[in-house]
Amino acid sequence: MKTVNLYFQVHQPWRLKVYRFFNIGKDHNYLDDFTNRAIMQKVARQCYLPMNALLLNLIKEHKGAFKCSFSITGTAVEQFRIYAPEVLDSFRALAETGCVEFLAETYSHSLASLSSKEDFVEQVKLHSKMIKEEFGKKPVAFRNTELIYSDQIGEMVAALGFKTILAEGAKHVLGWKSPDYVYTNAIDNSLRVLLRNYKLSDDIAFRFSNQGWDQYPLTADKFAGWVKESAGEVVNLFMDYETFGEHQKATTGIFDFVKALPAAILSQGDMKFATVSEAAKAAQPIGVLHCPHVMSWADEERDVTAWLGNELQNEAFSKLYALKDKVKALKNADYEYVWNFMQTSDHFYYMATKWLSDGDVHSYFNPYGSSYEAFINYMNVLADFEIELDKALAAKTKKSRSKKETATA
Amino acid sequence: MRVLMFGWEFPPHIAGGLGTACYGMTRGLARNDVEVIFVMPRASGDEDERFVKVVNASDVEARYCNGGVAGADDIMRKISFIHIDSNMVPYISPEEFQTYREGYERTGKKFWEREGDSWTQRYTFSGKYGANLMEEVARYAVVAAEVARQLEGQFDVIHAHDWLTYFAGIAAKRVSGKPLVVHMHATSFDRSSGDNIDTRVYEIERAGMAAADRVIAVSNLTRNICIEKYNIPAERVVTVHNAVRFAEKENEAPERGVEDKIVTFLGRITYQKGPDYFVEAAAKVLKRVPNVRFVMAGSGDMMNHVIRRVARLGIADRFHFTGFLKGDDVHKMFQLSDLYIMPSVSEPFGISPLEAMRSNVPVIISKQSGVAEVLDYAVKVDYWDVDAMADAIYGFVKYPALSKMFAKKGLEEVIGLKWNNAAAKIKTVYEDAINECK
Repeated sequence: MKTVNLYFQVHQPWRLKVYRFFNIGKDHNYLDDFTNRAIMQKVARQCYLPMNALLLNLIKEHKGAFKCSFSITGTAVEQFRIYAPEVLDSFRALAETGCVEFLAETYSHSLASLSSKEDFVEQVKLHSKMIKEEFGKKPVAFRNTELIYSDQIGEMVAALGFKTILAEGAKHVLGWKSPDYVYTNAIDNSLRVLLRNYKLSDDIAFRFSNQGWDQYPLTADKFAGWVKESAGEVVNLFMDYETFGEHQKATTGIFDFVKALPAAILSQGDMKFATVSEAAKAAQPIGVLHCPHVMSWADEERDVTAWLGNELQNEAFSKLYALKDKVKALKNADYEYVWNFMQTSDHFYYMATKWLSDGDVHSYFNPYGSSYEAFINYMNVLADFEIELDKALAAKTKKSRSKKETATA
Repeated sequence: MRVLMFGWEFPPHIAGGLGTACYGMTRGLARNDVEVIFVMPRASGDEDERFVKVVNASDVEARYCNGGVAGADDIMRKISFIHIDSNMVPYISPEEFQTYREGYERTGKKFWEREGDSWTQRYTFSGKYGANLMEEVARYAVVAAEVARQLEGQFDVIHAHDWLTYFAGIAAKRVSGKPLVVHMHATSFDRSSGDNIDTRVYEIERAGMAAADRVIAVSNLTRNICIEKYNIPAERVVTVHNAVRFAEKENEAPERGVEDKIVTFLGRITYQKGPDYFVEAAAKVLKRVPNVRFVMAGSGDMMNHVIRRVARLGIADRFHFTGFLKGDDVHKMFQLSDLYIMPSVSEPFGISPLEAMRSNVPVIISKQSGVAEVLDYAVKVDYWDVDAMADAIYGFVKYPALSKMFAKKGLEEVIGLKWNNAAAKIKTVYEDAINECK
């Protein structure tokens, strides 16, 4: 029996407004409210709402035989709450079917796993708490931002009590091995690793509407045939949820494809759908996955150079995490809110200067004219944030000192 | 005394320091009893007319003249204007002109219609300008000759600013027989890195100076270049430093957002302005003092390079970029600054430190700038000496007494740099040229 593991990533960053040097020290509202609302409501209309409704119908129609999994970032949930609460309701409806699993990840879709264990643990705990509150269940499987994975990251995740982690089925890591089996982490063998079948995943996510592709048009039956043909026990189809209706517009027929897919897969026989945790348990691990260097699901290189590949990104990253102690010392929700959205990996993605084969994808998501503009804007906001933190800390020490003085007097 | 002056731009439509300098200069000359007929390409009709009589003459054939009604006390009548329609703008290189022209061609025929030898269009100014900058410069010279012919007897000396008008100056001299003074605001060597200059521009500059009876250089630095690199006899080259004119009313200072000291670089981010040295000095200072922020205001072809360098040095949290600033923002930036730095590799004069001093900001300038010759209350360092620059920044940041003294004395000094005095010197140059010609 072959297991089909469908997993969707839901994420929206808080986009920064144009923040000039002259704003520093005066203006502490960093977000582009109009753009954030406009994008959230557009994507909700084109993707989240119709796709959630479609999945709910499929689950009901197939009476539990169709299953899938999600991870939703904290910044996306924050924006749902403000701009599109009906989307949260529709996710809750999916959660209540019992056929949908919600995974843990970093709260801000951040790169904390590359910063330090401390930063990472904080981000993961924050996210798990949020998922528990919103959907009623504590997550047991984990997926890191952009499928960033290494042996060490797996070890940290296992130590946090997670049983399963998702990663990219990257060719340079797998070599001759197939992604369609269950593996275990090299340091902690109790953590199961599921690897994305990027060929089949990208057939839907990237190639579905490509009329120059020799397999165009892609039908559910054809796709189910490919899944059936692949040798292996678990087929992991991981993709951005925005693929459905946003990257692949409704007019491409993507919703019809999804509608027909469960029946097409199930009718092949000897195949079933599973959530991430079920899929990890559906088969015995076939071996240990050695991944000493960090990999991800991004770009041709499948590494982290999209976020930390040039001096601008490295500088912004190190200056951001240098503020950690100040934020911690304050324990103030307002500062933590800013601290969280500043960590979002998208800010670093905008600063990328690798514009070769994957330039199209980069520029699609980039609101800035150039990586240099993105860097300047981010650093200006960060400068103001640091000034605010310093002010608040000074006020706090002053207060505690005067308290002590009155106590001694 | 009456001057036929070939200029480039005039406030309010200016692209750089030359227009501001011409404005101050003509005012100063008027006060010194010199009448000015100011000829320039493409005027827009809303110039400040209190001191110049702008006549929107699109045809020279109207035989424009100021009618000689100028009363001795009325300096308003001492400056007249003549426009020559032209696509030429100041600070343009032949390559840039080519790009402009191609742009015009793409956007439609309205701006460009080439008809053979365009000078024979006889100053009808119908938009049929030269095919390239050199042809345009030549065409402008032909128009200038006609202006000189028609104004015969109404001027005693010709004064040409910047290389683009030198042919015009020469042509006017040939027609009228009056002496020619050319004004070197910048040389080809200032516009390029090293000796990699545009030889066509160099040739025009050299021809202009060779044909001139007197050459005015904006600094000794520029004067030396004229003598050494253009082989102009030293006795014919006179230094007249620029002055500066400020608006009477000082705007209210904007509210400061940050308490840290702000050290500013303001200008085009190009090789000539030495932005790299500013960055290196900033990194050295930031190692020692935390409460300083560096700001680089402006844009230019080295901007991305500088941003990368700042990131690599790990100082991006204290080094900010504003992008290109215009109008009030420039003034605001000066007012927000605690220290201004001009590390130019080569600067014929350099007016921006004077603007900073006017806003009570102490300045550090490179020894390779002309303005260094006229300022006492400015710290002067070699542009490449980042240690000395860092040292001076540290001093200004750490010792408020130093900053206060430089700000106070600097303001007095800069207010003393009056165009009246500079214009008086220019008048002497005119007189020498006229006497020599007699």
